[in-house]
Amino acid sequence: MMQITEGSHAVADAVRLCRPQVIAAYPITPQTHIVEALADMVADCELDAEYLTVDNELSALSACIGASAAGSRTYSATTSQGLALMFEVCFNAAGMRLPIVMSIANRALGAPLSIWNDQQDSISLRDSGWLQFYAEDNQEATDLHYLAYRVAEDHSVLLPAFVCFDGFILSHTYEPIDTLSQEDIDRFLPKFSPYERLDAADPISFGMYATPEYYLEFRYEMDRALKESKAIIEKRGKEFGQMFGRDYSAMVEGYRLEDADTAIVAMGSICGTTKDAIDEMREEGKKVGLLKIRVFRPFPTEDLARALAHVQRVAVLDKNISLGAKGAVALEVKDALYGSGIPVKGYVIGLGGRDVRKKDIKAIVGLIGKGQGDMFYGLRTEVL
Amino acid sequence: MRELRIHGRGGQGSVTAAELIAVAAFEGGVFAQAFPAFGVERRGAPVQAFVRFDNKIIRKRSQVYEPDYIIVQDSTLIKDVNVFQGVKKGGIVIVNTEKVPDFKVPDGVKLITIDATTIALKTIGLPITNTSLMGAFAAASGEIKFSALENALNHRFPKELAIKNIEAARQAYAKVKEVS
Repeated sequence: MMQITEGSHAVADAVRLCRPQVIAAYPITPQTHIVEALADMVADCELDAEYLTVDNELSALSACIGASAAGSRTYSATTSQGLALMFEVCFNAAGMRLPIVMSIANRALGAPLSIWNDQQDSISLRDSGWLQFYAEDNQEATDLHYLAYRVAEDHSVLLPAFVCFDGFILSHTYEPIDTLSQEDIDRFLPKFSPYERLDAADPISFGMYATPEYYLEFRYEMDRALKESKAIIEKRGKEFGQMFGRDYSAMVEGYRLEDADTAIVAMGSICGTTKDAIDEMREEGKKVGLLKIRVFRPFPTEDLARALAHVQRVAVLDKNISLGAKGAVALEVKDALYGSGIPVKGYVIGLGGRDVRKKDIKAIVGLIGKGQGDMFYGLRTEVL
Repeated sequence: MRELRIHGRGGQGSVTAAELIAVAAFEGGVFAQAFPAFGVERRGAPVQAFVRFDNKIIRKRSQVYEPDYIIVQDSTLIKDVNVFQGVKKGGIVIVNTEKVPDFKVPDGVKLITIDATTIALKTIGLPITNTSLMGAFAAASGEIKFSALENALNHRFPKELAIKNIEAARQAYAKVKEVS
């Protein structure tokens, strides 16, 4: 059913349909309306879950770790400094192979204090072992939660997942989305069946000590599981498409890319504005296309290389910066296209809520045409 | 695509106005998108909110720079903020003021003034002008039907408050219909 609703509320509703058994969240800023809406649902008996209001984000994810290890489907949401405070336990959740799903309404990291959007928060946890999905719009932001649980809980994966959607730009936006019913989601997402769980009658330990003889192998197994999750994303994403008409089997998605000589690579809500800019450039005879990255971890290296094999140049938009190096997406794309001879340039854009307009996308296409890139785009040099 | 930009001050309900206009437009069968300009959230500070209307899915996420419609909730903003910036020729500007306008809108732009504060004080008992201006917008633009606005208000507010706000919207709607 098509409904017009706010991004955060739409996500909360999607989470409700996933039937989480334990939700733990820090309800104070930086937080979104998601956990507020879920607290209402639990209080109104619309959702049968244990709702834990904790003292900070570190505790929120720690509580999720305990609950997940005990065999519950668990959920949390955060953003920005809240996610930064979880840094330590993010690695623990992944290392203990607990399929927790967390929504990240992407926002900038301080200092300086910024409440606005970019993707620095989740990108900064790219090495933690969590799957990372990025939504272009609120339809994807909701659907990717169903997919995230389905994939994370698969016994060949057993890793936690972030569902990232741009803070404010999506989280605070009202737009129509096709909402699914409890029956729909019950058909797609079976009950959580833990591979191992804490049980007083049959005690085991999670996240114990690994000596140098074992640690390397633990990390290898995590890396292997994350890489092999591509096949599960493909399978479950296709299944979702067959059930509800929106196919998420592809981790990268082209837009007017087939005959493009210039490709833009981007992630998140910036893809929408980019598509509109591409339509206008196409009318001017410019052969520009988009490759949207929906899954950043595992990184779809081969899919991306295949999708871009025919283009003459690639412009990568990054709403993050690995300071002292480049944007994280640009680094991945350069790696994927290494040896192909296709020039790749990165553009750091839209940090800390700087608005990105169609004219900016067009300007970047102009810059890469002249071979200029690997730069911050739109710097106000007068304040430097 | 048509675009609306709402200027107000924190606490005047500009964001709610944008949301409810989008909800009403969607009921009328068009795609709508509403979002705030994310500024410093405090009472009295200048704020903006935006709505887009289109017959197809709206993908654009940037703020609104060249609006077809502008609503100004507080005419004291006009000297501080360039509220009319970028308005399209043939566009409509709705300003809440009880005075004869001492400002000019760009050439080719239609100005509608309405004393939404007085309407709000009479109907709601508080100087919260967003619902009156939603009514004025419905009448001036034709983007939303009054009945859809009524449904959106009924859905958002508890019954008693909804009745008062609908009355505010109705009075402003009638006033704008009368002058245009």
